[in-house]
Amino acid sequence: MSRLRASLTPYLLLFPGGLWLAIFFVIPTVVMLSLSLQSGDVVNGYVFTFNWHSYVDGITTYHDQIVRSVVYGTISTVIQIVIGFPVAYWIAFKGGNRKSIYLFLLLLPFLVSFVLRTISWQFFLSDNGMLLGPLKSLGLVPEDFHILATSAAVIGGLAYNFLPFMILPIYVALERIDPRVLEAAQDLYASKTQIFLRIVLPLSLPGVFAGVLMTFVPATSDYVNASVLGGTGNTMIGNVIQNQFLINQDYPTASALSFTLMALLLVGIFVYAKALGTEDVLEVAAR
Amino acid sequence: MNVPFRQDPALLRGMTQRRLGRRDAFRLAGLSAAGLALAACGVQGKGTAKPSTSAQAQSEVEKFWSGKAKNGHVDFANWPYYMDPKQPELKQFTQQTGITVNYKEVILEMPSWFAKIQPQLAAGQSIGYDLMVVTNGLHFDQLVQLGFLAPLDHSKLPNFAANAAEQYKNESFDPGNVYSIPWASGMTGIAYNPKYVDTPPTSIAELWNPKYKGKVGMMSDSQEIANFGLFAVGVDPDTSTEADWEKAAAKLKEQRDGGIVRKYYDQAYMDPLAKGDIWLTMAWSGDVFQKNISDGTDLKFVVPQEGGTIWTDNMTIPKTAANPVDAIMLMDFFYDVNIAARLAEYINYVTPVPAAKDVIVADAAKASGDDKKLLEEVASSPLVFPTPEDTARLRSYVKFKTPQEQKKFESIFQAITTS
Repeated sequence: MSRLRASLTPYLLLFPGGLWLAIFFVIPTVVMLSLSLQSGDVVNGYVFTFNWHSYVDGITTYHDQIVRSVVYGTISTVIQIVIGFPVAYWIAFKGGNRKSIYLFLLLLPFLVSFVLRTISWQFFLSDNGMLLGPLKSLGLVPEDFHILATSAAVIGGLAYNFLPFMILPIYVALERIDPRVLEAAQDLYASKTQIFLRIVLPLSLPGVFAGVLMTFVPATSDYVNASVLGGTGNTMIGNVIQNQFLINQDYPTASALSFTLMALLLVGIFVYAKALGTEDVLEVAAR
Repeated sequence: MNVPFRQDPALLRGMTQRRLGRRDAFRLAGLSAAGLALAACGVQGKGTAKPSTSAQAQSEVEKFWSGKAKNGHVDFANWPYYMDPKQPELKQFTQQTGITVNYKEVILEMPSWFAKIQPQLAAGQSIGYDLMVVTNGLHFDQLVQLGFLAPLDHSKLPNFAANAAEQYKNESFDPGNVYSIPWASGMTGIAYNPKYVDTPPTSIAELWNPKYKGKVGMMSDSQEIANFGLFAVGVDPDTSTEADWEKAAAKLKEQRDGGIVRKYYDQAYMDPLAKGDIWLTMAWSGDVFQKNISDGTDLKFVVPQEGGTIWTDNMTIPKTAANPVDAIMLMDFFYDVNIAARLAEYINYVTPVPAAKDVIVADAAKASGDDKKLLEEVASSPLVFPTPEDTARLRSYVKFKTPQEQKKFESIFQAITTS
């Protein structure tokens, strides 16, 4: 009896999580897959017909937006690494006993709703707003210069909104580095650059890897930044999917586009994991 | 009287700018899950033929209303900020009729509302509301096509017959008010900021003027922008064909690719207009009026000479309503001239009851100070009581005969706005 219970325990422990995944992930995914292959309209109903046209039409019509989303997502992720790594490094190694305060300050703005934060950027960056108003009156930028409604604004918004998800994993990775390892390197006459490149950087790569996963995926599928900060020609695939679902009620096309995006992101992540996967990272670290 | 204007301007603005930001708020809050949930349930269509003859229509009415009686309660679904939160009108209704009203501001935008009620209506179940306010347009047409709306028994609508303005009795989206009577209307025209625009725009062509390059706002809603494209190429939306849509789209594309359009806005165009991010924009009348009252801005609104769009939010009874008799009594109650006047004083959109103007003028005469000024402003505002010249230039949204046609339409115009 007790042996039976012991052998059941892992399954019982998995049950809540498994149920959660089944209800909120597996079933919706299957339904969405089914929807993406249906045809019809709201008035007459949708029927399952293996209608691959939704994929073909969706991709041919919206390939610009798909490519743009990946490009925006990539650029914003790179910006986040460039900004986030030094911040994480500084907190981890120079933060002293105020580390938790700095981390709290870092997270503080992010207690405010995502949407509100983005809208406040809209105010801040407006053509005659807090930033550009004074610059224009000083004559430092031309009168018709604007930041909003450009791709720079959208990418900037993406980089800003997901930044903590980049910083925190890098911070955790750096924080875990045993100081004795660094001391040993010093004792062996490694220069500061060498210590960084040979020890700190490789050991931080799992953090960077996690950070990229946590920021690139949501940034690529985001629709808030494009709709609040963007203008014409900045539409991302997330906005298109939202329109197809809610405005056009074209569920097949919306589902097909969602699946396309999902597949694209999965392939991207797979390739990325191959190139800079955790195992390799560990190998590098072990060298 | 119950003075509606002595309020914090920000609050007043929040209460009266019914369209501004609502769709944004909804979308951005990620509640689009509602749409996904619907999709997940699978979508069953249930198209029904519209009654084609008046005799048929009459028998539909009789079939629906026979055996229905007053139950003493009504559940009313409306948009936010579309009634004084103290609900004086509803209290009066309860006093007069003994019918209690459960008033809920649950309709945030048409697509999501439609997505929410569609499965229940398709299954023939009650949606929990006996009366709902629906904007004319795609979703209104779909509700009609799907047979989800109760045909109205006009013998129960004496106030409507007596007091509604003529043009509301023959609206292109529901001729003869078979399924709906208006709650309030608004106009889509051009709003501009006189600080940046010296010559008041009178023509829709101003939205194409290279002088305003990068400073023009357009709406992202396909039906709204299509109408403006059609006006610009000189076609009446009511009689437009697919070829006209293509022509209008080409015109709109030229405007976009010329860098004239700053952005295609959902609703949040008023702040950028006031701040000077855009100088002129497609806009809804009520928003402009409210922005001026609440923030002290001096924005202007014009109906272009080529035409403007009129949209109407309509009271309708879902076919599965539990208390349709109480609901239709409440509908008619809002066509009492005094009630219509109180409502217009508060919400500042176009009232379908022209006689309300005299009541507001009389109220203004009794009031004093700021209230007087504001009431006078409401009574004389062309946005609340449009002039006959304005009205003559107003058109409804494009109507579709088939879902395929609608899909074509959407794909033509969304190619412009989601670039």
